[in-house]
Amino acid sequence: MALAAAKRSATVADGPQLVVAGVSKRFGGVRAVDDVSISVDAGQIASIIGPNGAGKTSLLNMISGFYRPDSGSITFEGRDITHKRPAEIAALGIARTFQNIALFAGMTVLDNIMLGRHVHMRSGVLSSLIYWGLAQREEVSHRARCEEIIEFLELEDLRKQPSAGLAYGLRKRVELGRALALDPKLLLLDEPMGGMNQEEKEDMARYILDVNQQWGTTIILIEHDMAVVMDISDHVNVFDRGRKIAEGTPAEVQRDPAVIDAYLGAGHARVSEKAA
Amino acid sequence: MTIDTTLPQLLRRNAATTGARPAMREKDLGIWLPYSWQRYWDETRDLAAGLAAAGFRAGDKLAVIGENRPRLYFAQLAAMCLGGIAVPAYQDAIASEIAYVLGHAEVSVVVAEDQEQVDKVLSVRDQLPHLKLVVYDDPRGLGDYEEPILKSFKAVQEAGREFAATNPNRVDAAVDAGKPGDLCLFSYTSGTTSRPKGVMLSHANLLSAADALAAAEDIRPSDDHLAYLPMAWIGNSLLSMALHLRIGFTCNYPEKPETLLRDLRELGPTIALAPPRFWENTLTAVLVRAGDASRAKRGLFNLFRRIAERAEMRRSAGEAVPSGLRLGLALGEVLVYGPLRDQLGLRRARWVYTGGAPLGADTFRFFRAVGINLKQVYGATELAGLCSAQADGEVDPDTVGRAFGGTELRIAENGEVEVRSESVFQGYYKQDEATRAAMTEDGWLRTGDAGFIDRRGHLVIIDRARDIGRLADGSAYAPQFVENKLKFSPYIGEAIAFGDARPFVTAIVAIDPTTVGNWAESHNLAYTSFQDLCSRPEIVDLVREEIRKCNAVLPEAAQIRRFLVLNKEFDADDDEITRTRKIRRGFVAEKYGAVIEALYGGEHEVELSTEITYEDGRKAMMRSTLAIADIDEPGVPAPLASRPGEPALSAPRAFPENADA
Repeated sequence: MALAAAKRSATVADGPQLVVAGVSKRFGGVRAVDDVSISVDAGQIASIIGPNGAGKTSLLNMISGFYRPDSGSITFEGRDITHKRPAEIAALGIARTFQNIALFAGMTVLDNIMLGRHVHMRSGVLSSLIYWGLAQREEVSHRARCEEIIEFLELEDLRKQPSAGLAYGLRKRVELGRALALDPKLLLLDEPMGGMNQEEKEDMARYILDVNQQWGTTIILIEHDMAVVMDISDHVNVFDRGRKIAEGTPAEVQRDPAVIDAYLGAGHARVSEKAA
Repeated sequence: MTIDTTLPQLLRRNAATTGARPAMREKDLGIWLPYSWQRYWDETRDLAAGLAAAGFRAGDKLAVIGENRPRLYFAQLAAMCLGGIAVPAYQDAIASEIAYVLGHAEVSVVVAEDQEQVDKVLSVRDQLPHLKLVVYDDPRGLGDYEEPILKSFKAVQEAGREFAATNPNRVDAAVDAGKPGDLCLFSYTSGTTSRPKGVMLSHANLLSAADALAAAEDIRPSDDHLAYLPMAWIGNSLLSMALHLRIGFTCNYPEKPETLLRDLRELGPTIALAPPRFWENTLTAVLVRAGDASRAKRGLFNLFRRIAERAEMRRSAGEAVPSGLRLGLALGEVLVYGPLRDQLGLRRARWVYTGGAPLGADTFRFFRAVGINLKQVYGATELAGLCSAQADGEVDPDTVGRAFGGTELRIAENGEVEVRSESVFQGYYKQDEATRAAMTEDGWLRTGDAGFIDRRGHLVIIDRARDIGRLADGSAYAPQFVENKLKFSPYIGEAIAFGDARPFVTAIVAIDPTTVGNWAESHNLAYTSFQDLCSRPEIVDLVREEIRKCNAVLPEAAQIRRFLVLNKEFDADDDEITRTRKIRRGFVAEKYGAVIEALYGGEHEVELSTEITYEDGRKAMMRSTLAIADIDEPGVPAPLASRPGEPALSAPRAFPENADA
């Protein structure tokens, strides 16, 4: 399959692909993220879970360059990206989707996904205007890649439809397609299954697993549906009130008393331990 | 006509004579990619060699499961090259159905389209003792499967090329050895009444059916055909395989079932065969779009639709079209009919067929009226597809045309249509008793359909012979006739009518979720789920209005008096309809026995608990209370119950078993 050709090998032989070290972010008096460290290995599916306001999205925003951390550092493939701008970070191979869908409503599904190829486009304004030589060849190759993504996400019947009219679950899928069009090494997914029904969730979980398997893309996933998280993650980080309170494999995290406290309230861990 | 060739021999001939011409086009990554006849043959030959290397021998069976795809044809032809038998299966069948067909056919190789189909086959492999090899087309998601019997299509072809290096003539010799009388296809019937039966067909059966069609109809090598029907349907095997190989036109494969309408428009096929369901859905879509259009456009559409239908009725009655109407037609051609045909992708179509089940006369008339040469055909799996079609200039909604050359028709005493031709099948696989029952003593096939031959010599099909019943007044009653009238309503998706040996006719109606959903939206009717929508009194009223319209054209005895709006769609996964979307009457009557009793018992609601099956085979129980509605005076007791002299409705007779148990 042509998709396999695009598969990336893990670029960093030793050490984690992404290292977040002691990062903090405050908004006024609120400590959104408080001295958090996580590391993610290449090819992993790592999840971040935690109650609302735990600082999950803020952390994602710092990795993708939307927020500047007040302190701490973020390293991607051995390179410090703490103070880079979002566009520079995207060019390094980090793509993301948003909790509230951020598509261009008037544009078609295909055009929205083509936008994701922008970081890979080399031809300038002038040659694009003339649409000759390089510009034409580029367009063809980018279109081919987008068509692969459309096939991958099974959006063939919608490629010429404006994204505005699509159902919620489909728009989420298109957003994933646009992120994939970057050919990212690291994909940040902010609640890709939020607001979906069970069937849509199962589909989305399948796509995430397939992306990870076919292209070896590292994935950081924020998700509230525990069944999905426990099912597809290699590694889980648990946040509460801006701090990381636990991490480990899904099984380890599920047994952790601190996690049970955060989700069910203090004291429950002991009760459930006794019950068990 | 004697057939002196086989399907693989035809394929090899086409590659030799017109090798560079496109045999197929498949839409992939948004682009139509051609496959030449040479490539069709090369791919088939390589796969055949790979199968031979894996031990596939003459008489072995190979099943294909998936959407219409070139590779599944390569696979079927590859099996036939080696003297094997192709067994196309319904791609949307659930695992247990697949297990039955593959097990019954003793399939040794399965060629599956993708992971979904592979999973289904692997999940039932313990019931398939003959299974030795599963070949997949699309590798997606299959990367970490560690099944020794699982191989990719390319890997088998690669093995075939290696095998051919040492056995260069193996495949060609096997093709040469093929005889027209050899079995080449098991086409499993959709089974409206029982388990599917494997209809055994030979090369001669398929090719004689193809030749008969080619002799009766204008078919050219330059034609474009859209191959999208279920692979397992005999109509598909006839057109997209036998006729395709015989004539050498181009088969085009849409990207996905969901893109069908868009692909249809891009392609503009010149010939097509579609089941009535397709035409009904297309008409519904047209009417919905017309209804959503601005007032001026809607008015224009309705005006020219009336003009066209009036003209069409005159034409089919053999009368001249008056000049006023002709002027309207000319104007309508520019304003409505031409653009409509273009939108539907049927602008280039010289003829399109509807077959497989009866099509409502009104639907039929609509398409004819807007200038689409829609014609009715008739056939059966046991006849290798088709045996009659309407000729141009002799088209009307009631008949299925004249028998093809070489096909003899007669009507038995009980009204059943019987056929004799070279296409009549070789029997049901491993079901000799059923085979004997299907044939008369003097060698004619019993089609199971009741019909007659009209003055012009056209065959008219009334209904399945066993479904014909009698109404209370003694008149003959064909439930399909009533159901087709009902299904003409854009709001009614499926319907099943009852009336045999009953005092009056009743119906269970399943609404069309799209059109009724739109209607609800435009009438500010809020609802939470499909079930909720179905139970809304407004929807019951809507359906009542539709039934009243339909009653207006039915004979009084056949008019529907009571009905129930079902809170689900009839679903093939629940065995209520077949994969070709025919109602399984006996099964539905049994399943909804309580509903039928209530319909005739004068009750106003009925408790229903039904088992529903999800696509992946999971089952769930659904309990609900459904309202039964009367056509006249809603809310008052059933009108018939109060009339003196009527049969006692509160104690109805047991519903007759009209299915062959």
